[in-house]
Amino acid sequence: MTIDLFHKTGAFAENKDVARDIRLRDIIPALERHEEVVLDFKGVGASTQSFIHALISDLFRKYGNEVLDRVAFRACSDAVKSIIRIVVDYMQERMGIDADVPPES
Amino acid sequence: MKIHLPNSAFLGNLDSFLRGFDPTNPDRLEITANDQWIAVHPLVLSMIAALGLTVKPDNIRCEPLQARSGHYVIRMGLLKMLNIPSTVAIVEHEPAGRFIPLTNIRTSSELTTFITEMIPLLHLESEQAKTIGYIVSELVRNVIEHAETEHGALLCAQYYRKSNSIRIGIADTGVGVRATINKSHAAATDLEAIQLALWPGVTGTTRREGGTAQNAGAGLFFIKSIASVNRDFFVIYSGNGFYKLLKKPPTGRLRLNADPFDDRHSKTSDLPFWHGTVAGVDITLDQTREFALLVEAIGKTYRTALKERKRARYKSPRFI
Repeated sequence: MTIDLFHKTGAFAENKDVARDIRLRDIIPALERHEEVVLDFKGVGASTQSFIHALISDLFRKYGNEVLDRVAFRACSDAVKSIIRIVVDYMQERMGIDADVPPES
Repeated sequence: MKIHLPNSAFLGNLDSFLRGFDPTNPDRLEITANDQWIAVHPLVLSMIAALGLTVKPDNIRCEPLQARSGHYVIRMGLLKMLNIPSTVAIVEHEPAGRFIPLTNIRTSSELTTFITEMIPLLHLESEQAKTIGYIVSELVRNVIEHAETEHGALLCAQYYRKSNSIRIGIADTGVGVRATINKSHAAATDLEAIQLALWPGVTGTTRREGGTAQNAGAGLFFIKSIASVNRDFFVIYSGNGFYKLLKKPPTGRLRLNADPFDDRHSKTSDLPFWHGTVAGVDITLDQTREFALLVEAIGKTYRTALKERKRARYKSPRFI
């Protein structure tokens, strides 16, 4: 499944509500159907860290970092790539650090 | 409440303006002004407009603006926002390239629309537009998500030709940083809450490192870092607490810090109580680094900070 981000966010991806909707309505259902997901950022010049976090961080909680084998990022600008790297890194970093904190309900 | 428009109040000398704010009698607002000259940061106007929205229009008293430069206050939309009739006739020019008048944003979709329309108004180059859009988005979204106020965020911005900079001010009259942070942490003072809010990976929505599905606790850290990389001012004021990232000399070594108190800064805990949060930032356009490089530099600090926090949680062996 390919998701056209520009169509949903415009050139500056910052609306976290939109990110949440894409995650809940498109990405997770596709992953549940065992499909691969391509997030196509063509036309998106920049994004906020908050947007990318709302888009993908929960995927790490649900599927572990193996989700990166099933989700790919296409046509990202350098700015978007940098932010995706930050979110991917800190989500993997945190996966082993807070075992003492009970999972959220 | 009483607030005075002084002859000069910018981020560098903001403290004396804030000390003159009188938050008593919250049902009334009295605005006075310097009668010779008024030159103020957009943050000052955002604060006054935010206060005005909490008071019935009949309970707002604004003395006539005598200073010629008072036109600026009118043109930025302060009197209009407060429903105060202006006695001064001014010629209104298209705002493109110069300023964004006072704007009230209450919802996520209003913010998205505003950012889309704001970029052409400021006539910025592409990289600069990304930086300014980023700052506005993160600061206003914080208000929408955390401030718990029906009045939303008040913001305005101004381009200053002499310094080739954009100055942005955002204010709300919500619950403030401490109430938000203390939902998951234990900040004893407003200043301590501001310190935590600026720390990467700390959010009021959860105690968990890395945040929730919707919040990472990185927004304010990114904004402070953008100002830091660009060697500009950034201030945040909430409750009695005030933190100011100071400008860095152009030749000094640049280092991003996770702890805001390790940056070159000033802070105080004894200002008049602001019920809500105020944030201001200056972005000097000559110094604005390419957005991707900016993010890369901030990302390195963010990763290091998380590792340090992880290490801080390790237990040490007991050698007996």
